[in-house]
Amino acid sequence: MSLDLATTRRIAKLARIGLEDAELETVRQKLDGILGWVDQLSEVDVEGVPPMVGTETEALRQRDDVVTDGNCRDAILSCAPEKSGPFYTVPKVVE
Amino acid sequence: MSYVIEGKTGSWEIVVGLEVHAQIVSKSKLFSGASTTFGAEPNSQVSLVDAAFPGMLPVINKECVAQAVRTGLGLNARIYLESRFDRKNYFYADLPQGYQISQFAHPIVGEGTIDIELSNGEIRKIGITRLHMEQDAGKLIHDQDPTKSMVDLNRSGVALMEIVSEPDIREPEEAGAYLRKLRQILRYLGTCDGNMEEGSMRADVNVSVRKAGEPFRTRCEIKNVNSIRFVMQAIEVEAARQVEIWESGGEVDQETRLFDPARGETRTMRSKEDAHDYRYFPDPDLLPLVIEQAWVDELKAALPELPDAKRARFQSEYGIPFYDAGVLVAEQSVADFYETVAKGRDGKLAVSWVTGDLFAALNRTGKTIETSPVSADALGKMLDLIADGTINGKIAKEVFEDMVETGEGPEAIVEKKGLRQVTDTGVIDAAIESVMTKHADKVAEYRSGKDKLFGFFVGQVMKETKGKANPALVNGALKSKLDA
Repeated sequence: MSLDLATTRRIAKLARIGLEDAELETVRQKLDGILGWVDQLSEVDVEGVPPMVGTETEALRQRDDVVTDGNCRDAILSCAPEKSGPFYTVPKVVE
Repeated sequence: MSYVIEGKTGSWEIVVGLEVHAQIVSKSKLFSGASTTFGAEPNSQVSLVDAAFPGMLPVINKECVAQAVRTGLGLNARIYLESRFDRKNYFYADLPQGYQISQFAHPIVGEGTIDIELSNGEIRKIGITRLHMEQDAGKLIHDQDPTKSMVDLNRSGVALMEIVSEPDIREPEEAGAYLRKLRQILRYLGTCDGNMEEGSMRADVNVSVRKAGEPFRTRCEIKNVNSIRFVMQAIEVEAARQVEIWESGGEVDQETRLFDPARGETRTMRSKEDAHDYRYFPDPDLLPLVIEQAWVDELKAALPELPDAKRARFQSEYGIPFYDAGVLVAEQSVADFYETVAKGRDGKLAVSWVTGDLFAALNRTGKTIETSPVSADALGKMLDLIADGTINGKIAKEVFEDMVETGEGPEAIVEKKGLRQVTDTGVIDAAIESVMTKHADKVAEYRSGKDKLFGFFVGQVMKETKGKANPALVNGALKSKLDA
């Protein structure tokens, strides 16, 4: 398979990565290489083999419904690039 | 089918499906141990998982799973013993992970049905496609700063059930009935409080229009409508908008729209080009969710009686009409109140007091059934006083009003005010004598054939006894004296 420029642009847009037109071809080649490498997996015949969901054999671990966490606003906000009072702030987003 | 839009080119019918996001009642979040309490200080109920710090791993809340299963059972739906979680990828400032953990390919609950009742009494079945669990996002506040939006992550990671209906709805009224019924079932089950004002139940509305007999045309999704009235309005205006587009030779775009109640219109929210490319893939942090049939059976056995079953039982057990039973079961608390009053008593009398005098008193005093000044036990005791002849129905009204005002028990009020019904035939006879003497002219008229005056005499005797005479005794004695 081969990745085209339009798809590369679309992937960048979905990932919110700004790409200059000049960079596009380089990124396309790199991504194409990665996809090609991963795509070797398709050579394996998995007809009739159920998808593997993990290396563990047990099912999902479940916890009880008790409040054990939270109340750490200062710690969380200390990592924020921008904040105001008790809030994170971001550039205004209104639809 | 009664709802059609008359366009220039003929009649159009509407096709509606609803996706309801219902917040699951639980103490802690779906994948973290932070609290879910509404109205807490901003960002105080956020764990490192909810804020998506690197390396944090989600661990599922067993009670949230139980709530989803209970809801599935309450919707007569298929429960899948194995379900999975996927990542739904999109970027938005209220979503720290950059993806929402949801169940896309393998939901926990499959097909079910809800019976809805329309205002003309007709019952319709609306299909449920599926129910799945997912995380809620945080909240953005836009009005605090001219250039910034504030982010509160308290809601981030709270468990939601997304309940998807089949496109079976054909009228705005049906959409309203569906939402009311769904909310009623959720509230009975205790799996969602159904509070639309606080956002614990929100609806996305899918609307399309078509000519009778056509396949489905392109639909639009109206996001996050937060009241039943707005859902019905949004359907009307969106359907009218689409008819206009089709009839003017245009093409409806599949897109996400917002309903603006102030302007009574829908408008586009996200452009079509990058809508809905969520690149779902299985969440590598979460193994498949496997539950046991025995556990599902256990949850099923412990389910409360649901509204439809309760309504049918009230009808047969207490001999009350289908309509009245529906009024009583609309809220579980009213149904419980009624049942306490009616148990071992006259069910019809009980329903007329609960939905008549009690509802009127609650309305007047601005109280609810939970804060009722008259308890179910007290009202029941008052019915006992009617049944054993201590008071008659007319005096009961007076006693009841006193109960509303003072909160005292009916016996105490009857004693205090001396309202005990007069069953002493001597007293009643004396009152009749007195009335007949005072109104000798009317007695003569009655005896010469004016039967209608009988009611007048009854009224006078009741007045003479201050309303406390036993009406049946008065009727009998009066008849024999007048006809003598």
